[in-house]
Formats: sequence, C-alpha cells, structure tokens
Amino acid sequence: MSISVRIPTPLRTLTAGQDEVTAEGTTVAEVVADLEARFPGVRDRLLDEKGVRRFVNLFLGDEDIRFLEGLSTSVKPGETLTIVPAIAGG
Amino acid sequence: MTARYLRGRFDSIAEAVGRTPLVRLRHVAPQAPGIAVYAKLEYANPGGSVKDRAALRMISDAMADGRLDRSKVLIDSTSGNTGVAYSMLGAALGVKIQLVMPSNVSQARKDIANAFGTEIIYSDPMEGSDGAIELVRAIVAKEPSRFFYPDQYSNPSNPLAHFEGTGPELIEALGPRLTHFVAGLGTSGTMMGTARRLRQDAPHVHCVAVEPQDALHGLEGLKHMASSLVPPIYDRALPHEHRGISTEDGWDMADRVVAEEGLHVGHSSGANIFAAVQIAHELAARGEGGCIVAIVCDRGDRYFAPLRWEKKYVW
Repeated sequence: MSISVRIPTPLRTLTAGQDEVTAEGTTVAEVVADLEARFPGVRDRLLDEKGVRRFVNLFLGDEDIRFLEGLSTSVKPGETLTIVPAIAGG
Repeated sequence: MTARYLRGRFDSIAEAVGRTPLVRLRHVAPQAPGIAVYAKLEYANPGGSVKDRAALRMISDAMADGRLDRSKVLIDSTSGNTGVAYSMLGAALGVKIQLVMPSNVSQARKDIANAFGTEIIYSDPMEGSDGAIELVRAIVAKEPSRFFYPDQYSNPSNPLAHFEGTGPELIEALGPRLTHFVAGLGTSGTMMGTARRLRQDAPHVHCVAVEPQDALHGLEGLKHMASSLVPPIYDRALPHEHRGISTEDGWDMADRVVAEEGLHVGHSSGANIFAAVQIAHELAARGEGGCIVAIVCDRGDRYFAPLRWEKKYVW
C-alpha cells in the first residue's frame, strides 16, 4: 500500500534531493521502516527509543499523528505523510 | 540583597535596547575553584530577545542614510524574534512592517508581531526559513521601490550592533577575567560582531559557536550551517571553535535553568548554556579556571504553545 511522504529540506540530503517520495506500509511505523529501507538514516532522524523524537512533527493529512494513534495510526493509499521540521535561523 | 537600577529614563523604547544584565549560573555550572559561568540575558531587551539589537541598528542606519523613510514598508524574513523586534520598533518609530515567516513558527511570536500592527505573510513550512528568504526576495523583486528590505542575513548593521554593543558590554563588565564567549548561530550576527570585537580588544577570549548537531533539529532560531543557505555575513573562521549540540541536550538544559536558576530561557539559549557548562567541566577536569559567558537569546514563554504538545506528550 503506497502513500506519498513530503520531505523537508534538512532531510533531502538523504533522499537525493527529492521533496516527495513514496513509501509502503499500513501504519505510520511501517511507512517509516520502509523509508529507512529506501533512504538509510531517515529512521534515526525521526525516531528515538521512545518513539517519534520530541521535536519532530509527523502529519497524516492535516492531523498531527500525536493526536491520532501515534506510530500505530493506520494509513490508506493516497494519503500524504508530512515531516514538519523546526524553524532555523534568525 | 538590593536591586540595582542600571537603566534610567528613556525618550523612546529604542533607547532601552542593550546593556543587558549578566547573571551568574550557580547551580547548573560545576562548583569548581576559579570557574564562573554567566548568562547574558538578552531577553531583558524590551522586545524580549537579542534581535532587538540588530533590528534597531539596521533600522537606524537605514533611516540615517535615506534607505528607509516612513513612505516605505520594511519587509524581511524571520523565524520570529527579529520580527517581534521590527514590529516593536516599527510601531514606536512610525514605520510599517511586513514579515515573511514559515507558517510553523511559534504561535506566540505570530501573535506578538500581530499585536504591534505588523502584517505577516506565511511561507511553506516544508521549506523552513530558507523558503521564507526566497519568498521575501520574490516579493521585493516585484516592487522594489515600495520596500526597504534590511535582509538581516547579509546586512552589516546586524553584526555591527554586537561589535559596538554586546562586545564592549562584556569587556566592560568582566574585563580580563572573561575567557570564553558562547553564542549560537542563526543569522550569525551575534557571534560575528561580538567575536570581531573580542578578537580586537580582548584577544585572549576563546569564542565558541553553537550549532545544532543535526540538520533536522528542534533548536528554533539556530541554523545548521552545513545544510542551510549560508548567511553572507557569516565567516566560519571568526569563532575559534564550533560545537554541535543535540536538541535534547538544549531542551533539557533549558528546563534545568528554569527550575534551578530561575531563568526562563528558550531552547537555543539552553543549547548555549549546555555548551558553556560543558566547557566549564572540561576546564575543571584540567584543573584550570575560567569565566564563560553564554548568550541567552530569548525567554521560554515564546515557545509555550508548541511545548504544550511537543514536549509533554507521552507516547
């Protein structure tokens, strides 16, 4: 099951510059695992041993997955997962 | 203990910018002979952040040489604090302000800028502050005569504010005792101006630039230079040393400083203090003394809204 994932500028070094990629999975956790298989290093930027890192925001559609079911949130084909970074500089 | 009133009486809020206090950190710093760590409280500026200094200098230099008058709109891109500073000074000096910010900037800073009558234009959160820079350039290119675009990332008045303000204040307050100066890099103006002054007038002082350890980080206001548009005012060789600090270390130190020192500081200040304390431990381990100053860029309450869910949420 394929969904699209929007990649913020700080992670595009891992995705060969792509700002949007596709990934497979039925939950956010599976999508992240698939991203890691395609773009090694992504997982550690997003997750730590407790789950999603405190300063990383993952949105499924318009909703922060913290307000859904976290990494267990199920994803449907055609949905978009967005990785929103913090603000940098000035 | 009695209060010392250093500040006096001013004709305008603009005159209240600068001459910020230095407060010794007695609890988070190691207790070792000859070691002192100080926080320079830039949040005591009237707009609540270090950015008052650069904004004031950029506006006053431009008004002095005619680049800015009341017929023009001042427009710039900002992650927030510079925007608050422009907004406050614009209201006081009668200059109309427009700001371009990524839409995920903290709500508190949007609200403060709005309260001063500033118009905010939002840029794509996925493109971060570099996206805001690109959008402001496009807006100005369409109607160049309508705007004054200070461009804090390339404006020499930004570091000059620190060359003539922050640097001399440190030398006046601590003189030859000062051994280390620690500041994070955003536009890099604070480090560039202060380090240039210290290299000139106090060359024994070791200047340490703090950067986020990773490209994807939560130290709002700081730039990971290797993965960002590099500000034209930035000279990597000016600080003597660069330290990468993790978001978690910066956030946790900000929490400790609130609880143990009574200083409610923002995340980037937490990272600066973490680096200063790290340096203090290294000096103490070598049996050396030192007097370290860390810049406290702003107050933690600028981040209350995102903290509500970003930090306290339990997985």
